[in-house]
Amino acid sequence: MASRASESRAALERVFREESGTVLAALIARLRDFDLAEEAFADAMATAMERWPREGLPDNPAAWLTTTAQRRAIDRLRHRRVRVDKRDGLLEAELSRRESGGSAEEAVDVAHVPDERLRLLFTCCHPALSPDARVALTLKTLGGLSTLEVARAFLATEDTMTRRLSRAKRKIRDAAIPYEVPSARELPERIQALLGVIYLIFNQGYTAAQSASGERRALCREAIRLARVLASLLPDEPEVQGLLALLLLHDARREARVGEDGTMVPLEEQDASCWDWLQIAEGRHALDAAAALGRTGPYQVQAAISAVHAEAAERGREASWRWARIARLYEVLQEMHPTPVVVLNRAVALGRAAGPEAGLALLEAQLGEERSARLLEDYQPFHAARADLLRRAGQRSEAARAYRRAIELAEGSAERRFLQAQLATLEGEGGSDLPGAQG
Amino acid sequence: MEYAILIYCEEEGLPERWADDDRRKAFYEDYGAVNRDLEASSALLTARRLATTETATTIRVREDEVTVTDGPFAETKEALGGFYLIEAPDLDAALAWARRIPGARIGSVEVRPIHRYGG
Repeated sequence: MASRASESRAALERVFREESGTVLAALIARLRDFDLAEEAFADAMATAMERWPREGLPDNPAAWLTTTAQRRAIDRLRHRRVRVDKRDGLLEAELSRRESGGSAEEAVDVAHVPDERLRLLFTCCHPALSPDARVALTLKTLGGLSTLEVARAFLATEDTMTRRLSRAKRKIRDAAIPYEVPSARELPERIQALLGVIYLIFNQGYTAAQSASGERRALCREAIRLARVLASLLPDEPEVQGLLALLLLHDARREARVGEDGTMVPLEEQDASCWDWLQIAEGRHALDAAAALGRTGPYQVQAAISAVHAEAAERGREASWRWARIARLYEVLQEMHPTPVVVLNRAVALGRAAGPEAGLALLEAQLGEERSARLLEDYQPFHAARADLLRRAGQRSEAARAYRRAIELAEGSAERRFLQAQLATLEGEGGSDLPGAQG
Repeated sequence: MEYAILIYCEEEGLPERWADDDRRKAFYEDYGAVNRDLEASSALLTARRLATTETATTIRVREDEVTVTDGPFAETKEALGGFYLIEAPDLDAALAWARRIPGARIGSVEVRPIHRYGG
């Protein structure tokens, strides 16, 4: 049987992971000061560590932590002799309540922690902060990740991350970035910013999964957790459900994306029995919920694309409708987001649905635009996709050249191995069209 | 909170140079509207438009040595053309005013909190 001490340590860790966002959000909303809230929260955790093993777990650990942290914050403020001016009216009230003899202990049990996470998410993802700062602050404040963990996930030093976080917190304070859910007029735009941050967190964890570091994997979990929280807080926003669906569907394929030898496995060759079908079901459910709200958007369309792949896997590989539907969905996405990357994906789908020439024609048209051409020139997936289309179209030497360029640009070893294998196959097929391979 | 709203524009693109009279008139009317609303809500502390940078003089003092030069402190494409000083509860409120300033449509508008001493 587990000892009381280890039981409460485990409880403390669980509370920290699951509730730190809620507790910290409540503290920040109350104290209007990130640093003070973080310090007070750390104090409360230390007190919990000391008392819970002796006294047992409180009924509502989150409420206990919030109340204790609030008291410690007041002590800290007193200690610092910070002038309590009108801005700190809430604190002033708290101080006078305590001084008039109101028992703080009795408040512990009845205290319920107000859910301030949505307000705080809007603060952390405010467009007045740099995108890097938004991501870091969201992970640190609402994700329960330490500064070191955030730094590792973004391949930055702890110092750099500490500075980035401090600067963001200073700007929130000095420029008075509010702790509010924005007005209806600004809400759609601001929700987009929230979704963008969560998607960025996910992608940072997903694209680098080959390196398989624990911090990176934690990012995907955190992004999904944040998307779930947001979906529960904003149940009537279809794009929030759409993002949740997208993340769940993508993440469900995580294990199948890299083979045992460390080579990337393209989607259609993945072993679908390795996909997490329970999570796919949850993703589809979220997508249905989004669709029921009747306002489509780019995250829903991307989730729908992912859902088509899942459906095709269920109904067998030869599902001929698969690529036609995906090409059509990318066309819809292109109308919403006419970016070169979307066109690239549409070209790949079109290449499968209507033949490689159709895909290549779309790519050539896109390269005609100077800005896209510049952007795509250094974009590895562009060269990889073009190589594949060229190979299918029988333009072997052009295909080999495109593979080499893609290999040069590949960042992950799994991708590089995959591309090298493709190139080797192409060269192995021989033929007069192919110039001698270069070392 | 007090915020400065700083309006930067390319001087060649200022409305005085526009050929389209209606467009210019509408632009000034929009300024009039935001100014009236700022005043009506007591958010306006002060506002001024600056003369163009060709009238600017820059002065620097380094160890008793005074240099006076013709022109703005830095030759940039977009130059400071005017400013507002407003009172707003938070950055979102300040940005809501700033986005209504017509200068934001032809140039850039920077919102900066006023430094609080000892705050």
